[in-house]
Amino acid sequence: MQRTEGVNAIEVEGLTKRFGALAAVDNVSLTISNGEIFGLLGPNGAGKTTLISMLVTMKRPTAGHAKVNGYDVQKQADKVRESIGIVFQDSSLDEELTAYENLELHGAMYNMDRKEAEARIKEVIKMVELEDRLHHIVKTFSGGMRRRLEIARGLLHCPDVLFLDEPTIGLDPQTRQHIWSYIKKMQKERGITIVITTHYMDEADLLCDRVAIIDHGKIIALDKSSALKDSLGGDILSIETPCSDKLKEAFGKLAWVGEAKCHDGSLTLRVTKGEQRIPVLMEIARKKGIAVESVSLHKPTLDDVFLHYTGKTIREEEVSPNESLRARVASRRRSG
Amino acid sequence: MSELTAIYYIWRRELIRFSRSKSRIIGSLAMPFFFLAIIGTGLGSVVTVANGSYLDFMAPGILAMVVLFGSIFSGVIVIMDRQFGFLKETMVAPVRRTSIVIGKALGGATTAVIQGLLMLGIAMLLGAHIEMVDILPAVALMFMVSVMFVSLGIAIASTMEDMQGFQLVMNFLVMPMFFLSGALFPLTTAPDPIRWLSYINPMTYVVEALRYLLTGTSTMPIAVSGGILGFSLVLSVLLATWLFNRIES
Repeated sequence: MQRTEGVNAIEVEGLTKRFGALAAVDNVSLTISNGEIFGLLGPNGAGKTTLISMLVTMKRPTAGHAKVNGYDVQKQADKVRESIGIVFQDSSLDEELTAYENLELHGAMYNMDRKEAEARIKEVIKMVELEDRLHHIVKTFSGGMRRRLEIARGLLHCPDVLFLDEPTIGLDPQTRQHIWSYIKKMQKERGITIVITTHYMDEADLLCDRVAIIDHGKIIALDKSSALKDSLGGDILSIETPCSDKLKEAFGKLAWVGEAKCHDGSLTLRVTKGEQRIPVLMEIARKKGIAVESVSLHKPTLDDVFLHYTGKTIREEEVSPNESLRARVASRRRSG
Repeated sequence: MSELTAIYYIWRRELIRFSRSKSRIIGSLAMPFFFLAIIGTGLGSVVTVANGSYLDFMAPGILAMVVLFGSIFSGVIVIMDRQFGFLKETMVAPVRRTSIVIGKALGGATTAVIQGLLMLGIAMLLGAHIEMVDILPAVALMFMVSVMFVSLGIAIASTMEDMQGFQLVMNFLVMPMFFLSGALFPLTTAPDPIRWLSYINPMTYVVEALRYLLTGTSTMPIAVSGGILGFSLVLSVLLATWLFNRIES
């Protein structure tokens, strides 16, 4: 399972999956380099999971091509399968087996040598801190423990590319933090490529080298998250002052102030690199003798980016009745 | 070699799961036990069949029932794997799906034969006359038949989305297969429609062959029942492999 040097981890060209008239994935093209953490963001039903399903050889594309680790997902499915690890959105562990038995079976299916598998099981179970539960039946595990075990299993055969489909959905903040740190660690230590779908924007922002926003089966934005945020035109500064008009006049002349607006006792400015501009602005205000009560800085988040490109916040998407039911069922299953 | 290892571990998974579900073992034996203990002995006092007791006549039929129920269930359980997600894990592994089917069929057959052996013990305790030397050939036959029925179960499961269809399969396929097999009454004296239906029922040949191996008497030669079963076995394994290969997650 040696990685072929110089080959992109993933190359997708014109990939399409249709279910009847609906194009769940519509002519998607993208390239992911080796060792990258790549985020796929989008509301539910946007086509994230369908896209991943095609990349991991579970669904056949209607049109287009995809290569994973240099292998064609249709013509060399077995080679692709050997190269990848997957952590599914819903649990895919055998609940009747122990953690060890789950890992052992996985090793056998991935053609691992017995001794090698034994050693790797010890290694991955330690990484996810479940050593003391190794011989317990999975049914007795909490949601967080199951997820961690699944991540361990996905890594057991040393994949070159790891797919994580909503790895932290329905988990408590502490467990999410935990999982984030594993993901970072894996990339640093093993240099593996990680493709992660999520609809937690903070998660994507923190983890991913690049993110793609996908909506209605199409990629509508793809870049580093900082670049996506910058593309919105900079930070927002809110300045509380009794003389907002005077201040607006003074600041409005500055070349780097994009937009300045006043409304009842406060002035909002759109500027780039807001944190560096505050001292300069304060200096100007002091020189003009204008009192400033407070200044607050709002950096655009991926949520703002998402809103900009899709015209809706991801939260609006989340509360559709179907989804909230699904989330409730999932969280009930995963707690306890 | 790797495919063989995978088959072995998938076989072992079935055994581990089986050994952990005591209630499934007891549940699978309860109904056949009642059949044999109550109907077998109850009717035994008023009915004589050919040249033996009704209990002796019925025991191979009940044994076939245990094997049928046990193995169909093992196959149909693939739907549970699908619902609980484990199927996905096997679908994306670099293992041939045919190997998964074989591992499952062998595993399910092993557990069905264990249930069959337990039932055989119960039948002997209830007074059925079975010679020790006949047990080994009977086990071989049960194993072959189980592989056939597990495959049939996998084939059915591959076309179903969730467990809701399971009851349907039990009521409209498995139960009629059992009742139309000559397990409970001789087919030679049965009305024509029943007899015709029973001839297209693979279960009939299972009962015939088992009855031949365990009691030495049957209405058709073992070569006929054995041949038909061999053919059905190949057919059902091919069908299971084909349908299982078509599952797209």
